[in-house]
Amino acid sequence: MRLRLTDEEAAFREEMHTFFTTEIPQDIRDDIAAGREIGKDHFVRSMRAMNAAGIAVPNWPVEWGGKDWTPLQKHIWHEELQLACVPPPLAFNAGMIGPVIAHFGSQEMKEKFLPATANLDIWWAQGFSEPNAGSDLASLTTRADADGDDWIVNGQKTWTTLGQHADWIFCLARTDQDVKKQAGISMLLFPMDSPGVTLRPIKLIDGSFEVNEVFFDNVRVPGENLVGEVNQGWTQAKFLLGNERVGVAPVGATKRALATAKEHATEQGALDDPLLAARFVELENELLALELTALRVVANSTDGRPHPASSVLKLKGTELQQQVTELLVDLAGPLSLASGSTTVPEWATHTVPTYLNFRKASIYGGSNEIQRQIIAGTILGL
Amino acid sequence: MDFELDDEQTALRDAVRGLLKGYDPATNFEHRRQVTAAEPGYDEALWSRLAEMGLLGLPFSEADGGMGAGPVEVALVAEEIGRVLAPEPYVAVVALAGGLVAALGTDEQRAEILGGIASGDHLVTFASGTVAEPVIQGARADTIIWEVDGEVFVVDRPASTTAYRTHDGGRAARLEFDRAAATPLGAGGDVSETVRTVLARAQIVACHEALGAMDTALRLTTSYLTTRQQFGVTLNRFQALTFRAADMYTDLELTRSIVTWATMVAADPDTSDAAVRDASARAKLQTVRAARRIGQEAIQLHGGIGVTDEFSIGHFTSRLTALSHWLGDAREQVATLSAGIGGYGVIDPLD
Repeated sequence: MRLRLTDEEAAFREEMHTFFTTEIPQDIRDDIAAGREIGKDHFVRSMRAMNAAGIAVPNWPVEWGGKDWTPLQKHIWHEELQLACVPPPLAFNAGMIGPVIAHFGSQEMKEKFLPATANLDIWWAQGFSEPNAGSDLASLTTRADADGDDWIVNGQKTWTTLGQHADWIFCLARTDQDVKKQAGISMLLFPMDSPGVTLRPIKLIDGSFEVNEVFFDNVRVPGENLVGEVNQGWTQAKFLLGNERVGVAPVGATKRALATAKEHATEQGALDDPLLAARFVELENELLALELTALRVVANSTDGRPHPASSVLKLKGTELQQQVTELLVDLAGPLSLASGSTTVPEWATHTVPTYLNFRKASIYGGSNEIQRQIIAGTILGL
Repeated sequence: MDFELDDEQTALRDAVRGLLKGYDPATNFEHRRQVTAAEPGYDEALWSRLAEMGLLGLPFSEADGGMGAGPVEVALVAEEIGRVLAPEPYVAVVALAGGLVAALGTDEQRAEILGGIASGDHLVTFASGTVAEPVIQGARADTIIWEVDGEVFVVDRPASTTAYRTHDGGRAARLEFDRAAATPLGAGGDVSETVRTVLARAQIVACHEALGAMDTALRLTTSYLTTRQQFGVTLNRFQALTFRAADMYTDLELTRSIVTWATMVAADPDTSDAAVRDASARAKLQTVRAARRIGQEAIQLHGGIGVTDEFSIGHFTSRLTALSHWLGDAREQVATLSAGIGGYGVIDPLD
């Protein structure tokens, strides 16, 4: 057992901290710190700055711009990024389709897409969920029928996050109707401005536009845009979702949000209230336990297999993330109702929209009920 | 950063586990029942074997008759004790009373008292206040390390002793002290800072004992869910039950992380006493919260037999409750941590 980082790890951490706090435009970091909505431009400028420094896609294979970092280094990179109020590299690009293309795609496909994906020259949308295929993703009914070398796509996707900014979509579609549902799915790539693609934004409870419905009406996709082999889509989707789960314990961002809440409480003199102070203590402590669990996982998962404890990260991480948004609402108190005001403190106006928006966290990325199912089934053998 | 045991520590853990096998609740819970039913409430023959293995002198320097091991080794012994609910007062004697003697005693006191603990010949415990209660094994202990008003003394067990059984099968007593009969431990005078730090270190060790008990409580519960049948199927077919077990696992793993970290803090030679006390408070707070939930859920998922004396699981909840309130409860940790909360922005365990 060893408590401290090695000198090399500590130097790496310092390097990341310096980069994120000096090389990412200040206005982007200010907007995140203030809890404002962040737009396409924020993601693009931030990811390009990281890509220019070669640290936008560390989880990719080295030959495509990845880093030969240890799991602990990747963890440090991710934490320092969040603590510095930097928007993470776009998940659909860096965490989802990039690794899938790098693993399953042809050489031609890799050359065509990976550099542009790392630099956010292409903004990807995730075409997975459908109205009747959420947690039960394999039940999807969007279909792709062969027409010569092409595929003709018909159907509908939903919950397409930030699809309004997207240039391309990676889309799961049923390419064989006659086999077991998992065995007849393929992954297709096509531009969002292809004829027959219609996007309808879904307004969320906080008034924001974050997710969309996407409709496909006889969309023609060239055969070369099918990833890997026909009917390999479920394997690719599982590969992608496995990567997704690792990144969904938002420790750094939640720590930062809690520290910000503490600043507001201090300004109000509210920390003198023992009940409120106790809430901070309990939340900070659970968050510390979560962070240490994340460190345990990365420090001791050298053989490439996920550490069993990693399954609690998403579950507990999103619960704590949500609890911090609740705390901020309670700190704002009656002012939380003044969400349209320009005279009350800006942070107070964001509290309820953020609280409502973050109810999503325990639903996306494999709902927390799915996480409990995984823990009970694969770890506890129940 | 590394949270795993090395090969030598793993070998020590396996050896301790072997030694404590007789208490295994899955195969022989009756043994613990017999041991705790008779005085002094623990197995003196086993205590001697713990001494022969060097475990009772584990953290003491070799010059004082010990093994010169560190907090990690002591922690893993405590965890094994917790795992089988062994009633031996290891943490109270070795980590707490022994820890104070090691920190404060003169050369002669250390050699005599720690040597006596390590050999298993002398049972030494800790008490606080002119009238102290509940003192773990206070009626059996040969020597008491006694704290009063910030000063620490060595005393023989006083004549005025009222012994009783505690709800977890252990033994405790009410002790009334006479200052005239007491010898200062070390140079004497106010040593309250040192006492606080040693108590914090012992508290971390006790958290490991609780961690071991929680681990077994979950294992017994999942085992029960996969064997007990109702409505023609095993209980693990009911999602309402398996989800609760999943939450127990989450509590357990978060607690394992923070308690293990606290031991790493305690083992780090460059750590300040204040940092050890902070880590101890944090580990204890998480342990108490998890122990309550896991203890309650373990009984609930067992149904009626969980509340019986005959079945082991309820005894785990009893012991976890005892450990939760010994050496400082959650209320105390929250008060301590609340006092410091304005002094920093984020907690940084890598700093």
